[in-house]
Amino acid sequence: MTSETAPDSAPENAAKHKPAPPQTRDLAASLKDAGLAALITFALAAPIMGLHTMSLPGGGGLAIVPNWASVFISVVVVFVGRLLLDLFVWRRVVQIPIGDKWFRRPGGMPFARHAHRLGGVAGPLLLGFTIIMPFLPFSDRYIMDLSILVLTYVMLGWGLNIVVGLAGLLDLGYVAFYAVGAYSYALLAQYFDLGFWVCLPLAGILAAFWGLLLGFPVLRLRGDYLAIVTLAFGEIIRIVLLNWYQFTGGPDGISGIPRPSFFGLEFSRGDDGFAAFFGLDYSPMHRIIFLYYLILILALITNFVTMRLRRLPVGRAWEALREDEIACRSLGINTTNTKLTAFAIGAMFGGFAGSFFATRQGFISPESFTFIESALILAIVVLGGLGSQIGVVIAAVVMIGGFEYFREFEQYRMLIFGLAMVVIMVWRPRGLIATREPSIALGKRKAISGDLVGEGHG
Amino acid sequence: MSLSQSQTAATPEAATSEIVAQPGPWDDDPVLKVEHLTMRFGGLVAVDDLGFCVGRGDISAIIGPNGAGKTTVFNCLTGFYKPTEGMLTMTQAGGGQYLLERMPDFQISAHAKVARTFQNIRLFGGMTVLENLMVAQHNPLMLASYFTFGGILGLKHFRTAENGAVDRAKYWLERIRLLERADDPAADLPYGAQRRLEIARAMCTEPELLCLDEPAAGLNPRETAELNELLRFIRDEHGTSVLLIEHDMTVVMEISDHIIVLDYGQKISDGTPDHVRNDPHVIAAYLGVEDEEVDEVEREVETGEA
Ligand SMILES: Nc1ncnc2c1ncn2[C@@H]1O[C@H](COP(=O)(O)OP(=O)(O)OP(=O)(O)O)[C@@H](O)[C@H]1O
Ligand SMILES: [Mg+2]
Repeated sequence: MTSETAPDSAPENAAKHKPAPPQTRDLAASLKDAGLAALITFALAAPIMGLHTMSLPGGGGLAIVPNWASVFISVVVVFVGRLLLDLFVWRRVVQIPIGDKWFRRPGGMPFARHAHRLGGVAGPLLLGFTIIMPFLPFSDRYIMDLSILVLTYVMLGWGLNIVVGLAGLLDLGYVAFYAVGAYSYALLAQYFDLGFWVCLPLAGILAAFWGLLLGFPVLRLRGDYLAIVTLAFGEIIRIVLLNWYQFTGGPDGISGIPRPSFFGLEFSRGDDGFAAFFGLDYSPMHRIIFLYYLILILALITNFVTMRLRRLPVGRAWEALREDEIACRSLGINTTNTKLTAFAIGAMFGGFAGSFFATRQGFISPESFTFIESALILAIVVLGGLGSQIGVVIAAVVMIGGFEYFREFEQYRMLIFGLAMVVIMVWRPRGLIATREPSIALGKRKAISGDLVGEGHG
Repeated sequence: MSLSQSQTAATPEAATSEIVAQPGPWDDDPVLKVEHLTMRFGGLVAVDDLGFCVGRGDISAIIGPNGAGKTTVFNCLTGFYKPTEGMLTMTQAGGGQYLLERMPDFQISAHAKVARTFQNIRLFGGMTVLENLMVAQHNPLMLASYFTFGGILGLKHFRTAENGAVDRAKYWLERIRLLERADDPAADLPYGAQRRLEIARAMCTEPELLCLDEPAAGLNPRETAELNELLRFIRDEHGTSVLLIEHDMTVVMEISDHIIVLDYGQKISDGTPDHVRNDPHVIAAYLGVEDEEVDEVEREVETGEA
C-alpha cells in the first residue's frame, strides 16, 4: 500500500530543498585529506621510487642513485588528484528515495551539472572545428581517415541513441542494421548497377524494414530477453551473409563497390574527373575530403532529426516509454507502435551509415559486422550518457581515438577498453553527460539530473 | 466461511440479511455498466460475479478492506487484466458504446475515454511536469503532426495544435496549483503534488470516466480537502464521471453520490452513502465480524434505530 510510503516521503522531499552546507569547512577538510594522502605517497614513494640501485661498472658493487624528481611528481599528482576527486566526485549528495519508485543516485560533478551549457557552447565550437578540419595544416591522410572513422561511429552512436537512450530498449544487435545497409548498397550496385546516391536512401529504407521485421516479434519481450534476442538477430544476419555464398560472396565479401561521385563527377585522374572539372591538380585527398564531408552531413542529419523528433509527440512518447510503460498505456499510447518507430528509425540511420561504410571501403565482408562492433557502439552510447548527443561525440572520439592510439598494443586493447568501462561506470554510472534536457518548457529549460531519469526496462 | 454460503443459507424470513442493492438514479443512464465481472488468478477468485453501475455525472466510490479486489476491478476496466468472465459496457455521452473487456488497454483510454491513476503513483519522473501533461495528449498531437512527418517539417498546423496542448496543460497546472513548477522534473515534486499531477495528467486525455485508485492515500487533511474540491470541479465543470477507490471514509462519505462495497471479491453493499453506512454487512466486513454474527449485528442496528 502506498499510504505506508507516503508519510515518510514528504519530509524527505522537504529536506532535499534545504540549502547546501557551507563550502569552506569542506575545503579545509579536503585539503587535509589530500595532504594526508600526499604524505603516505611520500612515505611509500621515497624508498621505492626515490632510491635506485645501480651496479657499479667493473664489479665494484652497488651504488644508490637518488631520484627525487619522480617522488616529487607522484606526491603532487596524488595531492592534486585526491583534492579534485574529493571536491568534485566524492562530495556528492547521496539523495534519499522519493516515493517508492525513484532513487537518487550518487553522482553530480559540476561539469555534468552544467552539461546543457556545455552542449550550448561546445556544440557549435565542435561543429565549427569539424567543418574547417580538412583544411587545417595537421590534417594528413591518416588524420582524415581516422576522423571519418570517428564520425561513422558518432553517427552510429546517434542512431542507436534513439533506441537505447530515448526509448530505453536495449539493442545488442545494432550492427545488423549497419550490415544490412552496407550489403544493400553493395548488392544493389553489383546486381542492378545502381549508384551511391540512389542506394543511400534505399539502404536506409531496407534497414528500417528489417528493424520492423525484427521488432514485431521481439518488442513484446522486455529487459534481458530483448537484449538476448537482438544479440541473436545480429549474429543471424552475419551468419547468413557468411553462408549465402552465391548471393553475398560469403567470407570473400564483395569487392569493387562503386565509389561515390560528386554530383556525377568521379574522383578520378581523367579529363572528366572532379579535379579536372574544377581546374585543380588531381589529388587522392579530394575523395577523402569528400567522404569526410559526406559522413559529416549524414551524421548531422541524424542529429538534427533526433533533436527534432525529441520535441515531437513521438519522441516524447519514446522517453515516456523509457520512464514508465504502463503509465503510457493508461494514457492511450500504443506502446508497440511507439517502440517499432524507435527501432525502425534507429535502424534506418544504421543503414545509412552502413552504405557509407561500403562506399568508403569499396570492399565489405561479414567480418566487419561482428558482435564487437555492436558492443563498441553501445559502449559509446552508454559511456557518453544515455540520450545525450554531445556525450556520444565525446565518447566516440575517446574510444575510437583511443583504439587507434593503442593499436601497437594489440593484445592489451580490449583489456584497457574493459578497464576504462569499469572505471567510468564506477565513477559516472550514468555516463559522461548524465543530464536530460526537457523537450518543452514554459520558462527557461532546466537540465534534469540523470538520477531522476529512467533507464527503461527493455 | 464465505459470504455466498450465508446468502444461500438465508431463508425467505431472514430476507433482511440478503444483500440488497439499493436501486438508484445511477441505473438509469450509466456511463459504465459492469455485469458478472469475474477475475481469477489461478485458484484465487479476486473478483467474483460483480455487477454495478456508475451513473453519468456521479462521483462513485468502491470501498472495501485490503485485498478485497478493488484494484483488480480497475485493472479489468482499463484493460490491464482481461477478465475471466463478464461484460463491461462504457456508454459515452454521445451515445457511443464500448465493450471494454474486448479492447486493448491503450484503446480504452484513446477511444472509450476511460482514464485512470495508479495506487502507487506512476508519473514520468525524469520528465518535467509540463512534459507529463504533453505526453497525455499524445494521440491528438500525433494526428496533428501528421504522424510525425508534418512535425519534422515544422508545419504551422502542428505548431497551433501544440500551443493548444500547452494551453490545456497550463489550465490544469493552474487548477492543481503547480504552474510555477511546470519546468521541474515530476519526481522532484512533493508527494501530494505528485498525486494531483497524476489526476491532471489523466484529465488531459479528456476522459468521460476518470478512475482514481486511492487518490487520498498519504495526503494530509488540508490536501484531502483540496482533493475533494478538485474532484467536484472535474465532475461539475468537465462533465467527467468519477469512480474512485478510497480507504479514507471522510473523503468517501463526503463526496460520493454512490458507493459500492466489496469484500473478498464480492459486492456486499451498493447504494447511497447513508445506505452503505448503515448496512450491517458493511459494518460486519469492516469490523471483522464473523458471518454468523451478521444477523446479530443487524438486529442490534435495527433495535438501535427503533
Ligand atoms: N496479478 C495478480 N496475480 C495474482 N493475484 C493477484 C494479482 N493481482 C491481485 N491479486 C490478488 O487479488 C486480490 C485482490 O487484490 P487487489 O489489489 O485488487 O486488492 P485491493 O482491494 O486493491 O486492496 P488494497 O486496498 O490493499 O489496495 C489479492 O488477494 C491479491 O493478492
Ligand atoms: Mg488496491
